[in-house]
Amino acid sequence: MNYILAFLFSGFVCLLAQFIYEKTKLTPGHICTLFVVIGSFLDLFHIYDKLVTTFHAGALIPITSFGHSLMHGAMAACEKYGVFGIAMGIFDLTAAGISAAIVFSFIVAIVFKPRS
Amino acid sequence: MNKNEYDKMAEELKPQGHTMKNCFNAFLYGGIIGAIAQGVLELFMNIYHCSEKEATPMMIITLVFVACLLTGLGIYDNIAKNAGAGTFIPITGFANSMSSSALDSKSEGLIFGIGSNMFKLGGTVITYGIVSSSLLGVIRYVITLFW
Repeated sequence: MNYILAFLFSGFVCLLAQFIYEKTKLTPGHICTLFVVIGSFLDLFHIYDKLVTTFHAGALIPITSFGHSLMHGAMAACEKYGVFGIAMGIFDLTAAGISAAIVFSFIVAIVFKPRS
Repeated sequence: MNKNEYDKMAEELKPQGHTMKNCFNAFLYGGIIGAIAQGVLELFMNIYHCSEKEATPMMIITLVFVACLLTGLGIYDNIAKNAGAGTFIPITGFANSMSSSALDSKSEGLIFGIGSNMFKLGGTVITYGIVSSSLLGVIRYVITLFW
């Protein structure tokens, strides 16, 4: 059941993005940026948390969850340290994804040859 | 013929009919990536006996690794040709944008090539993610202060 829910939600977000891509002149970069901002906005009133508890990985895998995790880490630290916590905790949850992406990209760039 | 008429004509002559097909492909590929992610998530939850929250970073690291590897092998771009948004919206698209820009700028050297160009495409996501989250975080802080 979880697999179907994950499939449906992740697919739905991608469908939405593809529709925007087809109907407007925005590039993938614009759309990703837009979705990250939407993700962090949805976390303002903990709406995205409800999506994660319902759709599990389906809500965690689209780029919207990046904005959600940034916001989530910032708010968790904000409760503890006040306004400074926003900057202190913003990378708490996304650190894994970003550092992994940097390290693996570096290794890939060293090992493989560019093709085009 | 003025500009409005020209725009109207150009709009009519644009290739049509691919929107539905592309949207379906995006749904399919995006959904498949979501289902794979769910499988990996449950795998790690079983291996380490941890909650979903703790298993999430492990799942993301695994998928980022796979996406980087597929980019290096040149497979990811072939999938992306059909999938469109199905491959750039999941976190794998972020990994792909970083590793492909690092790979493309390899010829410019280690420092000014790979080092400084890695975030060429993916950096926008981080920049706007941080800026919007900080702004919304401040708004949230102010709200909780007076509520």
